[in-house]
Order: sequence, then C-alpha cells, then structure tokens
Amino acid sequence: MMSLSPNLPPDKQREMLRQMLTIRHFEERASADYLAGKIYGVVHCYIGEEAVAVGVCSALDRGDRIISTHRGHGHCIAKGADLNRMMAELYGRQTGYCKGKGGSMHIADFGIGMLGANGIVAGGIAIVTGAGLAAQMEGKGGVAVSFFGDGASNAGPFHECLNIAATWKLPMLYVCENNMYAAQTAAAATHALSDVAGRAAGYGIPGVVVDGNDVFAIYQAANTAVERARSGGGPTLIECKTYRWRGHTERRGQPDPRDIAEIEAWKAKDPIALIERRLREQGELDDAGLQSIEGEIMGAIEAAVAFAEASPFPLPEQATDDVFAA
Amino acid sequence: MRELTYNEAALEAIAEEMRRDPTVFYMSTDALPPLLNEFGPQRVRATPITEAAFTGMAIGAAGSGFRPIADWRQVTFCFVAMDQIVNQAAKIHYMFGGQVNFPILFRAGVGGGGRIAAQHSQSPYSMFMNVAGLKMFVPSTPYDMKGLLKTAIRDNNPVISFESNRLLATKGPVPEEDYTIPLGKADVKREGSDVTVVALAWLVHEALAAADELAKEGISVEIVDPRSLVPLDTATIRNSVQKTGRLVIADEAGPTAGFSAEVAAVVTEDAATFTRLKAPVKRVCALQVPIPYSPVLENHVFPDRNRIIAGIREVLQGRRSAAAA
Repeated sequence: MMSLSPNLPPDKQREMLRQMLTIRHFEERASADYLAGKIYGVVHCYIGEEAVAVGVCSALDRGDRIISTHRGHGHCIAKGADLNRMMAELYGRQTGYCKGKGGSMHIADFGIGMLGANGIVAGGIAIVTGAGLAAQMEGKGGVAVSFFGDGASNAGPFHECLNIAATWKLPMLYVCENNMYAAQTAAAATHALSDVAGRAAGYGIPGVVVDGNDVFAIYQAANTAVERARSGGGPTLIECKTYRWRGHTERRGQPDPRDIAEIEAWKAKDPIALIERRLREQGELDDAGLQSIEGEIMGAIEAAVAFAEASPFPLPEQATDDVFAA
Repeated sequence: MRELTYNEAALEAIAEEMRRDPTVFYMSTDALPPLLNEFGPQRVRATPITEAAFTGMAIGAAGSGFRPIADWRQVTFCFVAMDQIVNQAAKIHYMFGGQVNFPILFRAGVGGGGRIAAQHSQSPYSMFMNVAGLKMFVPSTPYDMKGLLKTAIRDNNPVISFESNRLLATKGPVPEEDYTIPLGKADVKREGSDVTVVALAWLVHEALAAADELAKEGISVEIVDPRSLVPLDTATIRNSVQKTGRLVIADEAGPTAGFSAEVAAVVTEDAATFTRLKAPVKRVCALQVPIPYSPVLENHVFPDRNRIIAGIREVLQGRRSAAAA
C-alpha cells in the first residue's frame, strides 16, 4: 500500500492536495450553511472520502466524462467545476449550475464532462456507461468513469452495466467508494463478499482493491485502468476502501448507528493528513506553503458564498422552463 | 401511391434518418436484420436483455452528442427500466437546468389481440403522460408512423413511439419523398357532424368501420386521431366537439386515469366546449383488468367497432326526439 514515491511531479501532488482541501472546506461550509438554513433540502458531505474523487480525476483528461452520486460535490470539484456556480446551486439561485432546479444532489457541468450527481442509488451507472459507449464510438480515446457507493454495487444496474461494458470492451472505470455504509446500514449486512472488487471476476474484468484514503494509490490504480480503457482493453472495477466522517446527511437528529471508536479510527487515517505528510517528507510542502494553499481556498469559498448570496432567486414562473428542449 | 405496412414504414423512417445523421444508432435486445445489414453492428447493436442498462446508456449517449434509438420491443419490457425512464430520461434536462439535450427515441409495442396475455399486452401510455419531460405518440397508419418517427428522431427530447401490435402488417399509402409530421398535431381521419370519436391506433380503424356502418342510418361521425399524446392537440379535439356537441373516446387502455380521462377533461374544463355538449361524454375503453390469454376472454376485454357503435348510439340518445320537440 505504500506509494511514497508516486512518480508525480511535485506540482501535480500539490494540486491534488489543493483539490482535496477545497473539497474538505467546501463541504464544511455547505454543512454550516445548511444548518444555518441557507441551503435547503438535504446535503450529503464527502468529508473523509476526498482522496477517491481527486485520485481518479487526476488520471483523467478534461474531455473524459464522469458521473456522480447523491454525495457529489467532491467529484464536481475534482473534475474542475466552478465553486461559484456550485454554491449558487446549493443556495437555490438562478446563477447555479442547474438554475436552482437541482440543488446539492444534481449538480452537473457537461462542459467539463461532469454528467451530473444523481439522487437515485445506482441510477447514474447506466447513464455513464452510455457515455463510455459514446466515447468508444467517437474513437478519440476518451474514457468514462462511474462513481458509486457500496450500496449501489448491490443494485441491478451495476451488474447489468459491468456485463455489457465487459462484453463491448467499453472504455470505463467503475469506481466503488466503499465507505462501509449504505445510508445507515453496514455493508456487511447487505452483501456477503468482503470486497466489492471481487465481483469483477464474474464479468471477466480486473477488480482492484485500493486504500481509499491514499490519493497516490488511487491515482496509480486509476491511471492503469485509464490506460487499459484508452487502449481498447475494456473496463476496470476499482474499489476504494474509505469512510465518511459525517452522517449520511447533514440533517440534525438523524440516527447514526456507527461506533464512535470506528469513526475516530478512520479520522486518524485522514486522507488529507496523509498527502500533507508525504509532501512534507519529500520537502515539497512547508507550513507557509500549506497556509498559502489554505488561504487561497478559503478566499475562493468566501467568494463563492458571496456570489451565491448576491445572486437572484429564480422567478417563480421559471418553474415551467426547460421541461422540454427546443 | 405505393403502399407499405406499418412495420415497413417504421423501418424505412429509421433507415432514412440513420443515413441522414451519423449520430443516430440503434439498441435493442435483437438487431433488426434490415437495419443491421445496412448499417452494421456498430450502429445497430444487439444488447443483452437488460432494458434498464440500455435505456440508461441511451441517456448517457444522448447527453454525449448521439441520437440513440432504444427499442424496448414490448412496452411491458420497459417496466424494468422505469428508474431510467422516469427519474432519469424525463427529468435530467430540467433538473440540470437545460444544460444539454437528451434526444432519444424509445420504441414500444402496445395493445392486445396477440393472445400473448398480460405481460406482453398493455397500453400504458397514460402512465408516461403523467411524467413531465417525455413526448410520445401512437401512430394509426403507415403514413403517420413514418412521418412521426422521423420527427421524433430529429427531436431534441426523449420521445416514446407507442406502436400498435395489431397494426404491424396493416398496409397504407406512404409517399416516396421525404416528409415529416409534427408532434402535437391531430389528424381528422373522417369528417362528420353528429358526433366526435377520438380514437387511437387500431381503434381509429374500428371507429372508421363504425362510422361506415352508422352512415347507412344517416349518422355522421367525425373521427379525430390525436396521434401525438404529448404534446396533445387540444384545439383540434375541442373544435370538433364544439361542432358536433357529442364525444365518444375509444382507447385500448383501461379507463382509470387514462388517456380517455385526459381527453374528457380537455373537453369539459373548456367552457366554450363544455357549453356545446349535448350529451355526457362516453368512454369506450378496455376493461380495467390485466389482459387475459384465452381469445374468448381477450375479445371480451377490448373495445371494438360494435362497442364504439353502441357508445355512439348512447350519446345520440334523445337526439331525434329533441329534434321533434
């Protein structure tokens, strides 16, 4: 599991750290503003799982396509989404990515290949497999990535799509973020395998288990899978073992059956602390450098909140816009 | 004019659009031979029997710049893909603020008459009409089939083509030259003055037969074929009922919350039409049951020309005595 020498340029490593910190701080702000009543409905925080989105997306090109889940902010940020338009969407404003029609669970930016967060567990897997088919038919070497949780790996579309992607050799990465819980229910109570990656064998494709808190290990696994996909080798299932630090959602008073000791043990394996330590060990990061990165991020998040707050709400009658395309 | 069957008209429309636009491709659980021969296995794809997967894949391919056709074959097979149809295809253009279009044609066989029982016989279009974000149509002739399919393939939204299993071998005139029929435009299949019959698909033909029969008695029947369900041409329906003052709706689906109920509402909630009604609206629908197998049972469940005639007589009751008074 040690990947101390990731063979990555220091700038790229620092960029990974910057993205992970951006996700962490964006989520902290989203949670705070949700609890303050400025963000509506429901928010699912990605804190603790940042290495997965960043590690995988670091292996992608801008033209590659991804799809996300209800816990989607991290994938948006890792794919390069604009924080202002993300925050404005959470705030339900006209300037949001979805003009206030989607909210936290449906942020999409097709311009950067982010085909949307999806509120139905396993709902996005088939859609992004279609994007993989599109990439194959385009013949330009594009790949598509499905992010989903351990819960989705029990649902039909996961199995149907792995089968079809394997058969058609689609340029796909299926990235299971195994945070050990499907909403409140432990993974062990919903499937009999210890590793979701073991399911790959049933479809004749590689299945890889990765430390989901080690961004370099994830990057390396993703890179191998991307090369295989781009060269016509077909899909790979990558299981990233990770953990969400927060409850299923930010809703107050929501039951969380997880053991405190378990939560604390995973917090001690903080994916951000890990990459920080590695950068410091390589002499590529010091306190001043970290402060500078943090300062930039906090400034960008403040600016995003200010943008959201200054943006108008949609007009009520805009509720009937965009049901159909012209 | 040359004649094609309903099925041939569909294949011709699809082949023409595939020649015209290289982004159109076809997915179904078996590749249709004439399309496969012309366009090859890259564009005419035989999928595993996984409607949920290939319906979702059509959405992803559409959002990535293609114009997929996903053929469910029997409409009943698409029920395993309901999440993809209802939660995804119908909603994501809106939910994502209209960022990109999802041009998809879904094809689905509907109706009964095949003695293939409940899981292969159904006309559930009102289930889909109830979902915002899907367009849909039900052709009754080869001419309408070809023109509507070509429009649907060029449309930038998910569109469902509900195709009558009973009509597959029905022949009709189809011009050689390129033409399209807009969605949302009804067709008056027969003009008349005493009663309006709004009918879909096979029941258009049954209504025409009923009209011929009643014409012998001097009863003049107007037949409106809405063709497109979403959007629905409410103006043509209302205009016809304003003229005749009487309405019979014939549908191969059951009546409950059905297309027939929608048409009744379209007519009765419009003051200008409601006030012209001379009789209660009559629905001639299938019985509200799963479709049974045995011919005796299946025939009993579906409406036909005789039930349409009975329905027309019912709304005309009192007409002569009123005239005499």
